[in-house]
Amino acid sequence: MKLTLRVWRQKNADAEGAMATYEVDGISPDMSFLEMLDVLNEQLILSGEDPVAFDHDCREGICGACSLVINGEAHGPERTTTCQLHMRSFKDGDTIDIEPWRAAAFPVVKDLVVDRSAFDRIIQAGGYITAPTGSAPEAHATPVPKADADYAFEHAECIGCGACVAACPNGAAMLFTSAKINHLNVLPQGAPERETRVLNMVAQMDEEGFGGCTLTGECATACPKGIPLTSITNMNKEWLRATRKAAKR
Amino acid sequence: MVRTIWGSTVGKKTVMAVSGLIMLLYLVVHMLGNLKIFFGAGEFNHYAHWLRTIGEPFMHYEWTLWLVRVVLVLAVVAHAVSAYQLSRRDIKARPQKYVHSKPRASYATRTMRWGGVILGLFILWHLLDLTTGTVHTDFQPGRPYQNVVATFSTWYGNVIYIVAMLALGLHIRHGLWSAAQTLGVGSRARDRALKAAANVLALLLTAGFIAVPVGVMTGVVS
Ligand code: SF4
Ligand code: FES
Repeated sequence: MKLTLRVWRQKNADAEGAMATYEVDGISPDMSFLEMLDVLNEQLILSGEDPVAFDHDCREGICGACSLVINGEAHGPERTTTCQLHMRSFKDGDTIDIEPWRAAAFPVVKDLVVDRSAFDRIIQAGGYITAPTGSAPEAHATPVPKADADYAFEHAECIGCGACVAACPNGAAMLFTSAKINHLNVLPQGAPERETRVLNMVAQMDEEGFGGCTLTGECATACPKGIPLTSITNMNKEWLRATRKAAKR
Repeated sequence: MVRTIWGSTVGKKTVMAVSGLIMLLYLVVHMLGNLKIFFGAGEFNHYAHWLRTIGEPFMHYEWTLWLVRVVLVLAVVAHAVSAYQLSRRDIKARPQKYVHSKPRASYATRTMRWGGVILGLFILWHLLDLTTGTVHTDFQPGRPYQNVVATFSTWYGNVIYIVAMLALGLHIRHGLWSAAQTLGVGSRARDRALKAAANVLALLLTAGFIAVPVGVMTGVVS
């Protein structure tokens, strides 16, 4: 396959960026999107140019490091991560636009790499349970109803990639934040911090400068892990419940 | 608690949802009342007069009406101020557009924002036209039937009203469903029912309101 790539190039956080056009040839339809970018970078290095910086790590769709808005869609045309997107989703001769996640809370570091540490701070605000660690506890010590376990697992699937923020016209982080809150709040292990978790994580989310939710649903459409939009509904419910409870104290 | 709610994006959306629902409840009553116009001037004008006497003798003349007006003004202001503040925040949170953009992404958001502005302007015109009579060409206090017929006998009266009611339908369609999500009553099982309810209510309200100018235009009401 022969492709024309239009890639966002930006030297550093303060520099002005712009789209640059490159041609790549000999791309196999079985290559992943990142392997296609590796081909481009080899080509750039050989010609003495600066390779395109992009995030990646596991390349198996589980770490959440890869990003990229491809032809205006976070993680491209398939509902998967960019590393699991294959070139067979494109046609020979296509022009592909590649841009970084766009959100005020995700500043560009270089080219296609953005700083997603705002997500880390949201997690630090309550996306954990407080428990003494040590040897693994007996599995039957804390019974969890099957339906709750399934619900928690569905939300635990969030890999923190940030596609939801990138797809949202308001740069909101509601889907990410709600995934973690739903995951922990439904479990007995998460119960002691049920209220503080939702209040603190939502407060941190606002603090980081993410936008608000207008329920367009773009986040859930872009999410490679299928976190549902109703996850946000439930976070709102948890937040209202916690606010009412805090007022009574 | 007030500070937590007003200071949070989630809380401010709650304010929008609750104030929106108050206005929606009022609109349902308003629309049903309007339909009395199809039963003649006598019944309509009598109904309009009765609105001022609700609650008597406990309430004085027009007290209930003013109470409703105060609640509505508070709801409109709360709704508009939170919408404005949240929109400012949303635009700031996404300063740079994608070169390759998808228009679909912000369709609902944009319709809500512009629809809201259109509705705000419409309410202003509507009050000046049929409540105070300031911009009405031939206003007769105490004779709303004649005033309504006069307004809808002008082309611009019809255009303004019908455009605003279409905007209202679109606003309620997304707004009612969104309010359910914001208040946490939506769920996967209930989602289709909620969407259907929002669509049906939006359609009924728009149709009910538009029936009046259509009635005047077709001569059913004169
Ligand atoms: S909710 Fe989905 S899109 Fe958002 S960070 Fe988690 S996995 Fe990525
Ligand atoms: S590189 Fe790990 S999810 Fe794509």
